[in-house]
Amino acid sequence: MSTFVYMTRCDGCGMCVDICPSDIMHIDKTLRRAVNIEPNMCWECYSCVKACDQNAIDARGYADFSPLGHSVRALREEEKGTISWKIKFRNGTEKNFCSPITTKPWGEYIPELATEPAPSKDVYDGELLYNEPKYLKTGEVQTANDGLPEMTKIGKLKQGVYY
Amino acid sequence: MLAYNPFSDLGATIPSFAMQAFLIAMVLLVIGGVVLDMMHKKNVKYFFENAKKAKQAATRELSSGEKVSIIAKTVASDIMTSSEFCTFQRRAAHLLGMYGTIIFWVTSAMLIFSYSTPSSAAPAMLPMLWHIGALMTCIGGFWFWFSIRVNVSAEGHPWYHVMFADLFVLALLASQSTALLWSITQSSGSIFSGLFLLLFIVSNVVLFGGVYWSKFAHMFYKPGAAIQKHLAKADGSNSNLPEPADKPKQFGLGIRRESPKNY
Repeated sequence: MSTFVYMTRCDGCGMCVDICPSDIMHIDKTLRRAVNIEPNMCWECYSCVKACDQNAIDARGYADFSPLGHSVRALREEEKGTISWKIKFRNGTEKNFCSPITTKPWGEYIPELATEPAPSKDVYDGELLYNEPKYLKTGEVQTANDGLPEMTKIGKLKQGVYY
Repeated sequence: MLAYNPFSDLGATIPSFAMQAFLIAMVLLVIGGVVLDMMHKKNVKYFFENAKKAKQAATRELSSGEKVSIIAKTVASDIMTSSEFCTFQRRAAHLLGMYGTIIFWVTSAMLIFSYSTPSSAAPAMLPMLWHIGALMTCIGGFWFWFSIRVNVSAEGHPWYHVMFADLFVLALLASQSTALLWSITQSSGSIFSGLFLLLFIVSNVVLFGGVYWSKFAHMFYKPGAAIQKHLAKADGSNSNLPEPADKPKQFGLGIRRESPKNY
Protein backbone atom coordinates (compact mmCIF):
# COMPACT_ATOMS: atom_id res chain seq x y z
CA MET A 1 0.00 0.00 0.00
CA SER A 2 1.78 3.19 1.03
CA THR A 3 3.21 5.38 3.69
CA PHE A 4 1.07 7.82 5.61
CA VAL A 5 1.83 10.61 8.06
CA TYR A 6 0.62 11.17 11.60
CA MET A 7 -0.19 14.86 11.35
CA THR A 8 0.16 15.52 15.07
CA ARG A 9 3.72 14.19 14.99
CA CYS A 10 4.98 15.76 11.77
CA ASP A 11 6.76 19.10 12.09
CA GLY A 12 7.15 19.68 8.36
CA CYS A 13 10.96 19.53 8.35
CA GLY A 14 11.23 18.01 4.85
CA MET A 15 13.52 15.06 5.59
CA CYS A 16 11.05 12.70 3.89
CA VAL A 17 10.61 15.06 0.94
CA ASP A 18 14.35 15.01 0.48
CA ILE A 19 14.88 11.26 0.79
CA CYS A 20 11.89 9.85 -1.13
CA PRO A 21 13.25 8.07 -4.24
CA SER A 22 9.88 8.39 -5.97
CA ASP A 23 9.54 12.08 -5.15
CA ILE A 24 6.04 11.47 -3.83
CA MET A 25 6.51 12.80 -0.31
CA HIS A 26 5.57 16.46 -0.43
CA ILE A 27 4.45 19.19 1.91
CA ASP A 28 0.70 19.57 2.13
CA LYS A 29 -0.42 22.78 0.48
CA THR A 30 -2.81 23.69 3.29
CA LEU A 31 -1.35 22.23 6.45
CA ARG A 32 2.40 22.45 5.80
CA ARG A 33 2.85 18.86 6.93
CA ALA A 34 4.30 15.96 4.95
CA VAL A 35 1.92 13.99 2.77
CA ASN A 36 2.26 11.09 0.35
CA ILE A 37 0.78 12.64 -2.78
CA GLU A 38 0.75 9.43 -4.85
CA PRO A 39 0.12 6.40 -2.64
CA ASN A 40 -0.19 4.10 -5.67
CA MET A 41 3.40 4.85 -6.63
CA CYS A 42 4.82 4.14 -3.17
CA TRP A 43 6.78 0.89 -3.06
CA GLU A 44 7.26 0.98 0.70
CA CYS A 45 11.01 1.36 0.66
CA TYR A 46 10.70 2.80 4.17
CA SER A 47 13.23 5.53 3.37
CA CYS A 48 10.93 8.22 4.72
CA VAL A 49 9.84 6.09 7.68
CA LYS A 50 13.48 5.74 8.72
CA ALA A 51 14.46 9.32 7.92
CA CYS A 52 11.67 10.90 9.97
CA ASP A 53 13.04 12.42 13.16
CA GLN A 54 9.63 12.53 14.74
CA ASN A 55 8.63 8.93 13.89
CA ALA A 56 5.64 10.51 12.24
CA ILE A 57 5.51 8.21 9.20
CA ASP A 58 4.07 4.73 9.11
CA ALA A 59 3.31 2.30 6.29
CA ARG A 60 0.24 0.25 5.52
CA GLY A 61 1.54 -3.06 4.24
CA TYR A 62 0.08 -5.10 1.39
CA ALA A 63 -2.66 -7.38 2.62
CA ASP A 64 -0.99 -10.55 1.30
CA PHE A 65 1.93 -10.40 3.69
CA SER A 66 0.76 -8.05 6.41
CA PRO A 67 -2.91 -8.46 7.19
CA LEU A 68 -4.97 -6.08 9.26
CA GLY A 69 -3.77 -5.51 12.76
CA HIS A 70 -0.06 -5.80 12.03
CA SER A 71 2.49 -3.09 12.53
CA VAL A 72 6.02 -2.51 11.29
CA ARG A 73 7.84 0.30 13.05
CA ALA A 74 11.41 1.48 12.69
CA LEU A 75 13.60 3.51 15.02
CA ARG A 76 16.70 5.10 13.51
CA GLU A 77 19.34 6.09 16.04
CA GLU A 78 22.07 7.96 14.26
CA GLU A 79 24.35 8.37 17.25
CA LYS A 80 24.40 4.60 17.69
CA GLY A 81 24.47 3.82 13.98
CA THR A 82 21.47 1.52 14.29
CA ILE A 83 17.99 0.94 12.94
CA SER A 84 15.73 -1.12 15.19
CA TRP A 85 12.60 -2.81 13.90
CA LYS A 86 9.56 -3.99 15.76
CA ILE A 87 7.28 -6.29 13.79
CA LYS A 88 3.91 -7.06 15.32
CA PHE A 89 1.83 -9.78 13.74
CA ARG A 90 -1.93 -9.87 13.79
CA ASN A 91 -1.90 -12.80 16.21
CA GLY A 92 0.14 -10.80 18.70
CA THR A 93 3.53 -12.34 17.89
CA GLU A 94 6.25 -9.76 18.13
CA LYS A 95 9.70 -9.84 16.56
CA ASN A 96 12.47 -7.32 17.12
CA PHE A 97 15.51 -6.73 14.93
CA CYS A 98 18.44 -4.39 15.01
CA SER A 99 20.62 -3.58 12.00
CA PRO A 100 23.36 -1.09 11.17
CA ILE A 101 22.72 2.11 9.24
CA THR A 102 24.33 1.66 5.85
CA THR A 103 23.47 5.06 4.41
CA LYS A 104 26.35 6.55 2.44
CA PRO A 105 27.01 10.28 2.59
CA TRP A 106 25.61 12.34 -0.26
CA GLY A 107 28.15 13.05 -2.95
CA GLU A 108 30.33 10.00 -2.25
CA TYR A 109 28.37 7.34 -4.12
CA ILE A 110 25.42 9.43 -5.21
CA PRO A 111 26.12 12.47 -7.41
CA GLU A 112 25.43 15.90 -5.97
CA LEU A 113 22.55 16.70 -8.29
CA ALA A 114 22.42 20.34 -7.24
CA THR A 115 25.92 20.90 -8.65
CA GLU A 116 25.53 18.75 -11.78
CA PRO A 117 24.92 20.60 -15.07
CA ALA A 118 21.31 20.66 -16.23
CA PRO A 119 20.56 17.90 -18.79
CA SER A 120 20.48 18.89 -22.44
CA LYS A 121 17.49 18.35 -24.71
CA ASP A 122 19.10 15.21 -26.18
CA VAL A 123 19.42 13.73 -22.71
CA TYR A 124 15.80 14.58 -21.95
CA ASP A 125 14.62 12.95 -25.15
CA GLY A 126 16.92 9.93 -24.80
CA GLU A 127 15.87 6.51 -23.62
CA LEU A 128 18.46 6.25 -20.87
CA LEU A 129 17.92 7.38 -17.32
CA TYR A 130 20.17 9.93 -15.69
CA ASN A 131 23.70 8.54 -15.27
CA GLU A 132 22.73 5.25 -16.88
CA PRO A 133 25.62 3.86 -18.96
CA LYS A 134 24.95 3.34 -22.64
CA TYR A 135 26.23 -0.20 -22.54
CA LEU A 136 28.15 -2.47 -20.25
CA LYS A 137 31.69 -3.32 -21.23
CA THR A 138 32.39 -6.49 -19.43
CA GLY A 139 35.03 -7.91 -21.66
CA GLU A 140 34.64 -10.93 -23.84
CA VAL A 141 32.45 -13.53 -22.29
CA GLN A 142 33.69 -17.05 -22.58
CA THR A 143 31.10 -19.70 -22.95
CA ALA A 144 31.28 -23.27 -21.80
CA ASN A 145 30.25 -26.30 -23.81
CA ASP A 146 26.62 -25.83 -22.81
CA GLY A 147 26.63 -22.32 -24.24
CA LEU A 148 26.28 -20.55 -20.91
CA PRO A 149 28.82 -17.88 -19.95
CA GLU A 150 31.60 -18.91 -17.68
CA MET A 151 31.55 -16.32 -14.98
CA THR A 152 35.11 -16.91 -13.88
CA LYS A 153 36.36 -16.15 -17.35
CA ILE A 154 34.72 -12.72 -17.56
CA GLY A 155 37.29 -9.97 -17.83
CA LYS A 156 37.76 -7.35 -15.18
CA LEU A 157 34.46 -5.50 -14.59
CA LYS A 158 34.50 -1.88 -15.63
CA GLN A 159 33.07 0.86 -13.46
CA GLY A 160 29.40 1.41 -14.12
CA VAL A 161 26.00 0.20 -13.14
CA TYR A 162 25.49 -3.56 -13.13
CA TYR A 163 22.03 -5.02 -12.92
CA MET B 1 12.23 55.41 18.56
CA LEU B 2 11.83 52.07 20.37
CA ALA B 3 10.19 53.84 23.34
CA TYR B 4 7.53 55.41 21.09
CA ASN B 5 3.98 54.22 21.84
CA PRO B 6 2.04 54.34 18.53
CA PHE B 7 -1.31 53.59 20.21
CA SER B 8 -1.07 56.76 22.30
CA ASP B 9 -0.93 59.03 19.22
CA LEU B 10 -3.54 56.90 17.45
CA GLY B 11 -5.84 57.67 20.40
CA ALA B 12 -6.16 61.21 19.05
CA THR B 13 -8.00 59.99 15.93
CA ILE B 14 -9.45 56.64 16.97
CA PRO B 15 -11.14 56.36 20.37
CA SER B 16 -9.54 54.00 22.85
CA PHE B 17 -12.64 51.84 23.17
CA ALA B 18 -12.65 51.18 19.40
CA MET B 19 -9.12 49.76 19.65
CA GLN B 20 -10.14 47.64 22.61
CA ALA B 21 -13.24 46.40 20.79
CA PHE B 22 -11.07 45.46 17.78
CA LEU B 23 -8.73 43.47 20.02
CA ILE B 24 -11.63 41.64 21.69
CA ALA B 25 -13.11 40.89 18.25
CA MET B 26 -9.79 39.35 17.21
CA VAL B 27 -9.75 37.14 20.32
CA LEU B 28 -13.31 36.01 19.58
CA LEU B 29 -12.32 35.24 15.97
CA VAL B 30 -9.50 33.01 17.24
CA ILE B 31 -11.79 31.15 19.65
CA GLY B 32 -14.43 30.67 16.95
CA GLY B 33 -11.86 29.57 14.38
CA VAL B 34 -10.27 27.01 16.70
CA VAL B 35 -13.66 25.53 17.68
CA LEU B 36 -14.70 25.24 14.01
CA ASP B 37 -11.31 23.73 13.19
CA MET B 38 -11.72 21.10 15.92
CA MET B 39 -15.21 20.25 14.70
CA HIS B 40 -14.07 19.98 11.08
CA LYS B 41 -10.81 18.08 11.51
CA LYS B 42 -12.00 16.00 14.47
CA ASN B 43 -8.43 16.17 15.72
CA VAL B 44 -9.38 16.32 19.40
CA LYS B 45 -11.49 13.18 18.95
CA TYR B 46 -8.51 11.48 17.24
CA PHE B 47 -6.23 12.67 20.02
CA PHE B 48 -8.33 11.09 22.77
CA GLU B 49 -8.90 7.88 20.79
CA ASN B 50 -5.16 7.62 20.29
CA ALA B 51 -4.53 8.24 23.99
CA LYS B 52 -7.01 5.46 24.82
CA LYS B 53 -5.25 3.06 22.44
CA ALA B 54 -1.89 3.96 23.99
CA LYS B 55 -3.27 3.27 27.44
CA GLN B 56 -4.39 -0.19 26.36
CA ALA B 57 -0.93 -0.96 24.96
CA ALA B 58 0.84 0.40 28.04
CA THR B 59 3.18 -1.96 29.86
CA ARG B 60 3.15 0.01 33.11
CA GLU B 61 0.83 2.35 34.91
CA LEU B 62 2.11 5.88 35.46
CA SER B 63 1.55 7.49 38.84
CA SER B 64 0.12 11.01 39.07
CA GLY B 65 3.53 12.28 40.21
CA GLU B 66 5.23 10.78 37.16
CA LYS B 67 2.62 12.28 34.86
CA VAL B 68 3.05 15.73 36.38
CA SER B 69 6.82 15.42 36.08
CA ILE B 70 6.59 14.37 32.40
CA ILE B 71 4.19 17.21 31.62
CA ALA B 72 6.48 19.72 33.38
CA LYS B 73 9.51 18.43 31.46
CA THR B 74 7.60 18.59 28.16
CA VAL B 75 6.54 22.16 28.86
CA ALA B 76 10.11 23.15 29.75
CA SER B 77 11.74 21.36 26.83
CA ASP B 78 9.37 20.75 23.89
CA ILE B 79 7.19 23.80 24.35
CA MET B 80 9.33 26.54 25.92
CA THR B 81 12.49 25.73 23.94
CA SER B 82 10.94 24.02 20.88
CA SER B 83 13.26 21.04 21.31
CA GLU B 84 11.17 18.92 18.92
CA PHE B 85 12.68 20.62 15.92
CA CYS B 86 15.38 18.50 14.35
CA THR B 87 17.66 21.25 13.10
CA PHE B 88 19.17 24.22 14.89
CA GLN B 89 18.04 26.67 12.21
CA ARG B 90 14.38 25.71 12.43
CA ARG B 91 14.48 25.71 16.21
CA ALA B 92 16.11 29.15 16.40
CA ALA B 93 13.73 30.65 13.82
CA HIS B 94 10.72 29.15 15.59
CA LEU B 95 11.84 30.43 19.00
CA LEU B 96 12.39 33.93 17.62
CA GLY B 97 8.96 33.91 16.01
CA MET B 98 7.21 32.33 18.98
CA TYR B 99 8.60 34.58 21.71
CA GLY B 100 8.48 37.63 19.45
CA THR B 101 4.80 37.05 18.75
CA ILE B 102 3.93 36.42 22.40
CA ILE B 103 5.76 39.57 23.51
CA PHE B 104 4.13 41.58 20.71
CA TRP B 105 0.60 40.37 21.47
CA VAL B 106 0.88 40.77 25.24
CA THR B 107 2.38 44.26 25.03
CA SER B 108 -0.18 45.24 22.36
CA ALA B 109 -3.01 44.28 24.73
CA MET B 110 -1.38 46.14 27.62
CA LEU B 111 -0.79 49.29 25.56
CA ILE B 112 -4.30 49.25 24.07
CA PHE B 113 -6.07 48.69 27.36
CA SER B 114 -3.98 51.03 29.51
CA TYR B 115 -2.08 53.52 27.39
CA SER B 116 -4.08 54.26 24.25
CA THR B 117 -5.04 57.89 24.85
CA PRO B 118 -2.89 60.93 23.90
CA SER B 119 -2.58 61.88 27.57
CA SER B 120 -1.42 58.48 28.79
CA ALA B 121 2.30 57.88 29.20
CA ALA B 122 3.32 54.26 29.01
CA PRO B 123 6.44 53.06 30.84
CA ALA B 124 9.29 53.12 28.30
CA MET B 125 9.77 49.39 28.70
CA LEU B 126 6.36 48.48 27.19
CA PRO B 127 6.71 50.11 23.75
CA MET B 128 10.30 48.90 23.64
CA LEU B 129 9.17 45.33 24.18
CA TRP B 130 6.42 45.84 21.58
CA HIS B 131 8.99 46.87 18.96
CA ILE B 132 11.50 44.18 19.97
CA GLY B 133 8.79 41.50 19.84
CA ALA B 134 7.77 42.52 16.31
CA LEU B 135 11.42 42.65 15.26
CA MET B 136 12.09 39.15 16.64
CA THR B 137 9.11 37.76 14.74
CA CYS B 138 10.27 39.43 11.54
CA ILE B 139 13.81 38.03 11.89
CA GLY B 140 12.60 34.49 12.64
CA GLY B 141 9.76 34.62 10.12
CA PHE B 142 11.72 36.02 7.18
CA TRP B 143 14.59 33.63 7.91
CA PHE B 144 12.06 30.78 7.69
CA TRP B 145 10.42 32.27 4.60
CA PHE B 146 13.56 32.87 2.54
CA SER B 147 15.68 29.85 3.39
CA ILE B 148 14.36 27.28 5.84
CA ARG B 149 10.89 26.25 4.70
CA VAL B 150 10.68 22.96 2.85
CA ASN B 151 9.41 24.41 -0.42
CA VAL B 152 12.66 26.33 -0.68
CA SER B 153 15.19 24.04 1.01
CA ALA B 154 13.97 20.55 0.07
CA GLU B 155 11.62 21.02 -2.86
CA GLY B 156 13.75 23.64 -4.57
CA HIS B 157 10.98 26.16 -5.19
CA PRO B 158 11.81 29.87 -5.24
CA TRP B 159 10.86 31.88 -2.14
CA TYR B 160 8.04 33.65 -3.98
CA HIS B 161 6.27 30.34 -4.67
CA VAL B 162 3.28 30.95 -2.40
CA MET B 163 0.71 28.33 -1.48
CA PHE B 164 -2.28 28.18 0.81
CA ALA B 165 -0.24 26.73 3.69
CA ASP B 166 1.62 30.05 3.84
CA LEU B 167 -1.48 31.91 5.00
CA PHE B 168 -0.46 31.80 8.65
CA VAL B 169 3.19 32.72 8.34
CA LEU B 170 2.59 35.42 5.75
CA ALA B 171 -0.29 36.99 7.67
CA LEU B 172 1.80 36.93 10.85
CA LEU B 173 4.78 38.51 9.10
CA ALA B 174 2.57 41.06 7.38
CA SER B 175 0.90 42.09 10.65
CA GLN B 176 4.15 42.60 12.55
CA SER B 177 6.09 44.14 9.66
CA THR B 178 3.32 46.64 9.00
CA ALA B 179 3.09 47.33 12.74
CA LEU B 180 6.75 48.31 12.76
CA LEU B 181 6.39 50.40 9.59
CA TRP B 182 3.28 52.09 10.99
CA SER B 183 5.12 52.96 14.20
CA ILE B 184 8.14 54.33 12.31
CA THR B 185 6.10 56.41 9.85
CA GLN B 186 3.71 57.72 12.52
CA SER B 187 6.54 58.77 14.85
CA SER B 188 8.25 60.67 12.01
CA GLY B 189 4.99 62.26 10.84
CA SER B 190 5.10 60.59 7.42
CA ILE B 191 2.02 60.62 5.21
CA PHE B 192 2.31 56.84 4.81
CA SER B 193 1.40 56.13 8.42
CA GLY B 194 -2.32 55.85 7.52
CA LEU B 195 -1.52 53.33 4.78
CA PHE B 196 0.55 51.14 7.10
CA LEU B 197 -2.10 51.37 9.81
CA LEU B 198 -4.69 50.15 7.31
CA LEU B 199 -2.38 47.28 6.24
CA PHE B 200 -1.76 46.44 9.91
CA ILE B 201 -5.51 46.20 10.53
CA VAL B 202 -6.17 44.15 7.38
CA SER B 203 -3.32 41.71 8.08
CA ASN B 204 -4.60 41.22 11.64
CA VAL B 205 -8.09 40.47 10.36
CA VAL B 206 -6.63 37.93 7.90
CA LEU B 207 -4.41 36.38 10.59
CA PHE B 208 -7.07 36.03 13.29
CA GLY B 209 -10.03 35.63 10.99
CA GLY B 210 -8.27 32.93 8.96
CA VAL B 211 -7.69 30.52 11.85
CA TYR B 212 -10.08 27.95 10.35
CA TRP B 213 -8.17 27.90 7.05
CA SER B 214 -4.62 28.38 8.30
CA LYS B 215 -2.32 26.47 10.63
CA PHE B 216 -2.78 29.08 13.36
CA ALA B 217 -4.31 26.49 15.70
CA HIS B 218 -1.07 24.43 15.75
CA MET B 219 0.01 26.50 18.74
CA PHE B 220 -2.80 24.87 20.74
CA TYR B 221 -2.54 21.31 19.38
CA LYS B 222 1.21 20.82 19.28
CA PRO B 223 1.78 21.07 23.06
CA GLY B 224 -0.95 18.46 23.63
CA ALA B 225 0.58 16.12 21.06
CA ALA B 226 4.05 16.53 22.61
CA ILE B 227 2.73 15.71 26.09
CA GLN B 228 0.92 12.63 24.75
CA LYS B 229 4.09 11.46 22.96
CA HIS B 230 6.18 11.63 26.13
CA LEU B 231 3.50 9.98 28.25
CA ALA B 232 3.31 7.13 25.70
CA LYS B 233 7.09 6.75 25.83
CA ALA B 234 7.05 6.53 29.61
CA ASP B 235 4.19 4.04 29.91
CA GLY B 236 5.82 1.62 27.45
CA SER B 237 3.28 1.86 24.62
CA ASN B 238 5.54 4.25 22.68
CA SER B 239 3.41 4.25 19.53
CA ASN B 240 4.53 0.67 18.77
CA LEU B 241 8.12 1.84 18.25
CA PRO B 242 10.97 -0.57 18.97
CA GLU B 243 13.07 -0.29 22.09
CA PRO B 244 16.26 1.74 21.65
CA ALA B 245 19.20 -0.38 20.46
CA ASP B 246 21.27 -1.81 23.30
CA LYS B 247 24.30 -3.14 21.41
CA PRO B 248 25.29 -0.39 19.04
CA LYS B 249 29.05 -0.87 19.34
CA GLN B 250 29.17 -3.82 16.98
CA PHE B 251 27.91 -1.62 14.16
CA GLY B 252 30.63 1.00 14.43
CA LEU B 253 30.13 4.75 14.44
CA GLY B 254 26.84 6.35 13.63
CA ILE B 255 26.16 8.66 10.72
CA ARG B 256 25.44 12.34 11.00
CA ARG B 257 22.12 13.38 9.51
CA GLU B 258 22.47 15.85 6.69
CA SER B 259 20.19 18.80 6.20
CA PRO B 260 17.49 18.11 3.60
CA LYS B 261 19.02 19.98 0.69
CA ASN B 262 19.68 17.18 -1.75
CA TYR B 263 16.83 17.71 -4.17
